[in-house]
Amino acid sequence: MNTTTTPRLAVSGLHKRFGGLIAVKSLDFNLYPGEILGLIGPNGSGKSTVMQMIMGVVRPTAGQILLDGQDIAGRPTYDIARAGVGIVFQHSRPLRLQTVLENILLGLLPDSLSRLRPPPGAIETARRIGEECGLGEVLDRLPATLPFADLRRMELAKAIARDPSVVLVDEPFAGLTSAEVHDFSALIRRFRDQGRAVMLVDHNVKSIASLADRVLALYLGEKIAEGSSEQVMQDETVRRVYLGGGIETHERPEAEIAAHKVLLHAEDVSVFYGKAQALENVSLTVHEGEFVSIVGLNGAGKTSLFNAISGLVPFRGAISWDGARRGGESAAAIARAGIVQCPETRELFGRLSVAENLELAGQRLAPGERASRLDWLHELFPILRVRGTQESRTLSGGEQQMLAIARSLMLKPRLLILDEPTLGLAPVILGQLSEALSRLRETTDITVLLGEQNVTFALPHADRVYVIEHGRIIWNGTPTRFAAEAGTGYL
Amino acid sequence: MSSIPKSRLAALAVFLVVLALFPLGANGYILGVLTTAFYFAVFAMSWDLLFGYAGEVNFGPTFLIGLGAYGAGMSNALLGLPVPLAIAVGAIAAVAGGVALAIPALRLSGPYLGLITLVSVLLLQQAIVIFAGVTGGEIGLSVPDVLSISSAANYEYALGFMLVSGLILFLISRSSLGMILQAAGQDQVAAAALGFNATRHKILAFAVSALFSGLAGAFLVFYLGTASVSAVVDISIGVRVIIAAVLGGRRTIIGGAIGSVFLIVAGELLRPIGQLSTFVVALIALVVIVLFPDGLLGLLPHRRGA
Repeated sequence: MNTTTTPRLAVSGLHKRFGGLIAVKSLDFNLYPGEILGLIGPNGSGKSTVMQMIMGVVRPTAGQILLDGQDIAGRPTYDIARAGVGIVFQHSRPLRLQTVLENILLGLLPDSLSRLRPPPGAIETARRIGEECGLGEVLDRLPATLPFADLRRMELAKAIARDPSVVLVDEPFAGLTSAEVHDFSALIRRFRDQGRAVMLVDHNVKSIASLADRVLALYLGEKIAEGSSEQVMQDETVRRVYLGGGIETHERPEAEIAAHKVLLHAEDVSVFYGKAQALENVSLTVHEGEFVSIVGLNGAGKTSLFNAISGLVPFRGAISWDGARRGGESAAAIARAGIVQCPETRELFGRLSVAENLELAGQRLAPGERASRLDWLHELFPILRVRGTQESRTLSGGEQQMLAIARSLMLKPRLLILDEPTLGLAPVILGQLSEALSRLRETTDITVLLGEQNVTFALPHADRVYVIEHGRIIWNGTPTRFAAEAGTGYL
Repeated sequence: MSSIPKSRLAALAVFLVVLALFPLGANGYILGVLTTAFYFAVFAMSWDLLFGYAGEVNFGPTFLIGLGAYGAGMSNALLGLPVPLAIAVGAIAAVAGGVALAIPALRLSGPYLGLITLVSVLLLQQAIVIFAGVTGGEIGLSVPDVLSISSAANYEYALGFMLVSGLILFLISRSSLGMILQAAGQDQVAAAALGFNATRHKILAFAVSALFSGLAGAFLVFYLGTASVSAVVDISIGVRVIIAAVLGGRRTIIGGAIGSVFLIVAGELLRPIGQLSTFVVALIALVVIVLFPDGLLGLLPHRRGA
């Protein structure tokens, strides 16, 4: 970190409010030429909002963003781009009918209505940038024919085409293999060595630790730590936010759990999507009445595992349910046998009211039972009674998630699978959802399998935790042992 | 921006010469059908620039066409402006309409914009009916002047106009501007992040599309000698323009011309089967669109990436 030079980007008092939610709270930080800054934070921490404000996609409520002394806060995106800020989006939408070279060339065109030809030399420049980014072999191919990593390279090339002095990279390594991560790191280091100021935005420190010169951690829109990767990883607040240091766990004694019969047992389950392996020999046991959390980052294989258990994807290996090995039952038969999955996408009927959504789920119950079950659900999630007549798409994210869980419970599951219930929820909402899970756990003997990347949410309720990474279970144990034995991967 | 092989250029030149020499061999009826088809081709190509490139869903191409047609027709019939001046007035009216349409387009997208463009056609149609005193209403407006009374001359005018319009639209689509339009049409934020003021580019796309739609509408009026709702404003005309563009191949410009000629010539060839002809042509169009989403041009092997 080089504090002797003047910052290229100086952010001060940056503030963003969405309605009642404060997404970013009076944030100050500097970004220097020739450095790689990692901006990290869990879902909902405000890191993406910060990036979008720098790029002008989102307008700050207050604050300054000085680019070489000029305030760019609130200016239109195209203006900010021309002032020297480039961004690599996580998802790319390349021009389909144009070659890779032409896609890069796009970044070099002037914003002019009257110019019909690229400026002289632009094609050569595009070719040079493409070669620099490792696209030399594929410059004349169409984007659709490229592997994923090359598409990401093309996005990098487009972003630096205009020779920006600041480069923002959103989740630089998402979806890349470790060899590709290595190549990408080298590319991003080269941007830095060319004197650019680089900002990486990611969920956790670990993924960018070796690349970032300096890391800034955000939580609830505020800076909680700043320093080298090591410093931030050792920071108490960061550890608490990511690992739930000091969170109260409620695990029951292992012996007590083991005394219950095994409800679900998966043995060496593998899932393939075409040639790509999403799950590799995963084994897992859930006892009756047990609360099991599966912790893993985006893309680790949680959803694939759940879909295999629910019979939604073909798999290799064996799954036993209630003591008997399962054959080729349909997803519907599996659901009727008592496995109910509450998907991360929630899948509510948005235009139906809250009450109608619940009623639909209770179609198969006798009227008396349906009513009593509904009463119980309303006790569990009082807000759903209040919102009864409201269209479910108008609920807040947290309320929708509660409705999704309530709807799953209406089906009287013997095993409830919750896939990323915290996805996209603001941290304040997590508390409410967590309370509801506590009530569920304390007042019933339900069996739950919870998939989460948010460790602080997954640990407090769990009796046992599995850690999944790149499609493999790499650790399992009790929540109290988690931080010490498996925590580093989640910082 | 890709260069076209010489052999293909030569073939194209031969084809154009044959087209231009058509009046030597063909009768007035065939020339008449083709004349209409050529104006139609410009409608479809203009529409393709807006939808295929800028990504703006315009379900009402006849709003722009109608403005051009009635602008030209009324300034000739009521103000007595000579034909070239009247055509210019029609083009200006259409461009003004196109820019007006761009305003909602910058706020709305997809089906919502589509609905607005549809409503704009209905509004224009109603306005023409209500102000029948100056517009001719449902009967139509006869214009005193025509381009020519010779079917061969009319054919050459239409052919020339189509070729010039098509060339300009094609060059725009293949230019830097066309690439920026495509980028903005796909993802406005990403285009802005590359430094492009997508708003300005989209307004320009609306204006250019409107200019050629309006010009073609105006020419058509002076070919037919009349401006009528059923010929240049009706929603069903707009639907045929869209079908022609999609049938020929979206994002190609030229596809619009091929689709239009195909639709109109097929309609004429099937005229003997009477009422059924429209049905059969629509059915053929449907089958082609379902089976070959890239349109007739997509069937050619030269398309890259195929």
